[in-house]
Amino acid sequence: MDPKNLRFASTHEWASLEGDVCTVGISKFAVEQLTDIVYVELPEVGDHVFAGESFGEIESVKAVSDLYSPVNGEVVQINEKLLDDPTKIADDPYGKGWMAKIKVEPGSTLEHLLTLDKYEKQIASEGH
Amino acid sequence: LANRTPLYDWHLAHRARMVDFAGWDMPVQYTSIIDEHQAVRTGAGLFDISHMGRLAIDGPDALALIQEVYTNDAGALKPGQVRYGLVCNEQGGIRDDVLVYRLPSFWLMVVNASNREKIVAWLAQHRADDNVRVRDMTSAWAMVAVQGPRAVQIVTRVLAEPRWHADSTSPPDQLAYYHALLPAGGRIDVDNLIIVSRTGYTGEDGFEVILPAGRVAALVEDACRIAEEQGTTLVPCGLGARDTLRLEAAMPLYGHELSEDIDPFQAGLSWAVKMEKGDFIGRDTLARRRLDVGLPRRVGIEMEGKRIARERAAILAAGEPVGQVTSGTFAPTLQKAIAMAYVGPAHARVGAQLDVDVRGKAAPARVVPLPFYKRPKP
Repeated sequence: MDPKNLRFASTHEWASLEGDVCTVGISKFAVEQLTDIVYVELPEVGDHVFAGESFGEIESVKAVSDLYSPVNGEVVQINEKLLDDPTKIADDPYGKGWMAKIKVEPGSTLEHLLTLDKYEKQIASEGH
Repeated sequence: LANRTPLYDWHLAHRARMVDFAGWDMPVQYTSIIDEHQAVRTGAGLFDISHMGRLAIDGPDALALIQEVYTNDAGALKPGQVRYGLVCNEQGGIRDDVLVYRLPSFWLMVVNASNREKIVAWLAQHRADDNVRVRDMTSAWAMVAVQGPRAVQIVTRVLAEPRWHADSTSPPDQLAYYHALLPAGGRIDVDNLIIVSRTGYTGEDGFEVILPAGRVAALVEDACRIAEEQGTTLVPCGLGARDTLRLEAAMPLYGHELSEDIDPFQAGLSWAVKMEKGDFIGRDTLARRRLDVGLPRRVGIEMEGKRIARERAAILAAGEPVGQVTSGTFAPTLQKAIAMAYVGPAHARVGAQLDVDVRGKAAPARVVPLPFYKRPKP
């Protein structure tokens, strides 16, 4: 997926809405900061997740970080391939590294999330 | 403002990610911790360890001062020998873990960066008279480690270059483990020295080199070039890989496995305490603590799943806390999550089934023998 068409949370997750299903993952910047991803814990299908709340965890050699859902909704699919091979997240964060598909309420938007341009400005202001 | 080593610009030029470590601006990684780790296990890695404290001790009472503050027996060292030991407080708690080098014209104590000022003050406090001099050479000298199965061929070739010729009695490949090259002339010039020892903190074969700060960048450039000529790469490695490597080798790290409240017996370092060598600080209490079978012990923990047990995570047995993780990581060589921890003696036996509280969830684990990784014999 082209990151220009994605929206981003300030906590470094991306979201892409098609109909009422939102695909989520983490940004290339997040992957570059983490390096050496060795484990990911994803929500389960059927879980209700909420924007800004933890829905999983990601471990690198150095540290563990929470994954925050960018939207409210119900998890309808997770990328089970990541559980065996989390390196896919780093190799292709906007493609094969997607994490979950979340069914949102009809009429939901991603307007509360950042455009790529604004997200990149945030990263720059974080001093990285 | 953080201290910078003489290789600071070199780290930036190699696109290191820098972090503060014990008041020093140090590279944590250049590319990937796992790649740097594997380079040391299979080839050769280069570490800037100039942040370590280097104290030169000389004078007629130098040995007496070292013996007073050090748990191992420096008196048994032959010139050129290097020995690991501990500096303890009066209660037998560990103030630092150090290397002592016996060199022809002085003694060298290499201490942790985080403890340098504390140890310098401790030595000053216990200096009985003016017949001993302690000089902190940390900023005057730099220190690098070349580690890995290919380290020996690189270091041997580097020291064959006239500009680095250590004028030593034997080439590096003849050097025994925990020995330093001795200058053929017998004396070491403090201002123009190269101390090469077969030591390290990775569990691999390798060398640590101490030399004047102004010369280290050129040495590093030569070592990298020579490695390329030999068809290998000397991979820059940061503190991240240094930590995963030492953890696999079960080497303790001060501030994690070792502290003022932990004694060497609890830490599994009784081999570095020579009670019979004569008096030293902490000896009387250590004689009692040695027999105290109720104290927590350092153990190795292997996780059954992929979750990593991080520092300070609680160790549980039947839901009750019985200990705490001091260091934990994903072990790149073993492809498992491992940790070191202190647990009560009832749970310290190899094979004991325990849980680690990983962010509120009990993750199954078991006690395994240390070290986790031992290098294959050549």
